[in-house]
Amino acid sequence: MIEVETVSKTYGSFTALDQVSFRARQGRVTGFLGPNGAGKSTTMRVMVGLTPPTSGKVTIGGHRYADLPNPARHVGTLLDASAQHAGRTGREILALGATTIGVPTTKVDELLALVGLSAKEAKRRVRHYSLGMRQRLGIAHALLGDPSVLILDEPVNGLDPAGIHWMRVMLREYAGRGCTVLLSSHLLHEVEMIADDIVLIDHGRILWQGEKNDLLSGQGTVVRAVETDALQQALTADGLSVTAAAEGLHVQAETLRVGTVAARHGITLVELRPAQGAGLEALFLQLTAGRPNVAGIAS
Amino acid sequence: MSETIQRPETLDISGTPAIPFYRLVEVELRKMTDTRSGKWLLIVIAVITALAVGLVLAFAQPQDKVFETFIGIAATPQGFLLPVLGVLLVTSEWGERAGMTTFTLVPQRSRILLAKITAAVLFGLAAIALALIVAALATLLANQPDRWGGYEIGDVGKFALLQTMGILQGLAFGMLFLNSAAAIVTYYVVPIAFSVVTGVVEQLQDLQPWLDLNTSQQPLFGGERLTGQEWAQLATGTLIWIVVPLTVGAWRMLRAEVK
Repeated sequence: MIEVETVSKTYGSFTALDQVSFRARQGRVTGFLGPNGAGKSTTMRVMVGLTPPTSGKVTIGGHRYADLPNPARHVGTLLDASAQHAGRTGREILALGATTIGVPTTKVDELLALVGLSAKEAKRRVRHYSLGMRQRLGIAHALLGDPSVLILDEPVNGLDPAGIHWMRVMLREYAGRGCTVLLSSHLLHEVEMIADDIVLIDHGRILWQGEKNDLLSGQGTVVRAVETDALQQALTADGLSVTAAAEGLHVQAETLRVGTVAARHGITLVELRPAQGAGLEALFLQLTAGRPNVAGIAS
Repeated sequence: MSETIQRPETLDISGTPAIPFYRLVEVELRKMTDTRSGKWLLIVIAVITALAVGLVLAFAQPQDKVFETFIGIAATPQGFLLPVLGVLLVTSEWGERAGMTTFTLVPQRSRILLAKITAAVLFGLAAIALALIVAALATLLANQPDRWGGYEIGDVGKFALLQTMGILQGLAFGMLFLNSAAAIVTYYVVPIAFSVVTGVVEQLQDLQPWLDLNTSQQPLFGGERLTGQEWAQLATGTLIWIVVPLTVGAWRMLRAEVK
């Protein structure tokens, strides 16, 4: 379990993290979601002691990371897939890590196979790796010590669809074994697919946290009409909260009520359903409202 | 809410031994040999040491082909190259951002720092051993009368001290600048500029052996025993050019945010 307790980090007058508190529970995948620059990476760096917080603290399974005698045997981290010497081979990087934390080098071959790096690729210098290959190497590095807690910063970045699917299955399996998995992403869709719990951050502040299932119920209605503008006016006039979503309008009301309003105004609906996937997107847009760059990211 | 498998909320760390120091040193030594720049630097040091001695063996006057000449000629290129090795030990990590990975695996940064210093000293000692072996072989091959020329164990000690100081100074400059080019250039240029300034400004001339490490190291090259004052001058030079940059670099490394 990862417990983040009122962590703040300021750089001069800039507040990177503002009283950040949340919990990543064991046996669950926690998605740490927010636009670029929201403070996800900084929070994760504070977790492993790379960035000293201005105030607050993080414990992992009840311990400060720096107090763990051999942290990588408990906590696997992937913070930046490019934070490696580009002149080393992939295999050598894993071998160095294995030697440092004291696991046999047979583990290296095992992990290379697991993340799908061939023997030939493993012999190449990391300089010649694609982002996806670096990401796979980074995952292998995180798994070296057979950890029960995983902290992964944007792990699906640069992976192809097959890689993303593989990652999803692997992380689910990890959580199924009772491990704690925390992964960050700026991709809403990704988090929605993988995570059990969601922590939403923007401008260094936690905006929302909870179970994904909570988002999937009672999240209103998605409606699409031929006369979109007319429908929006009608719903708003009826006192309902309406936001434009990617696939139509998102309304904070039951489908029956939305349908009734539409019928009363003679509006032709092409779709009317309880919001499910749209819940997170609507919430994301709503909570990060006023940020022009957010809409582009929330897809 | 249905939990899958219930694990205890706290991590049980009682069965996890800490990483032993020797393993950190082992990894630091290995990091110097598994990149192209590190590997070639080590090869170049070895080859030039042998080459310098070989040239003297082939072309020097017969009476000069004694151990003292050979060891002196082996020491000179090493004196230039070992500091570069010291610089690379640090900067190959920070310049490439691999330090982030290292410090995540080992959050006690002071242990990494000590492992690096230990690795630097071990490389220095290996270079010295190589120089002694090559020089001894050349001496045997040359087979001149009085070939060991009163070379004492104390002289070996002075040579070892000189080379170790060089590599540690490189390490210190690397830590101060965290950038290979800046550290190497500064390592070569600043002491020379400093020597020139102290040589020209008359008031500083008396102070030169105290302030300028190159000058205070001169007695280490000779066969004479060092006087108390010379040791003291060596100490102040070391303080200014090795201890201070190492301390500033270490202070920053232990505290800074690792990017």
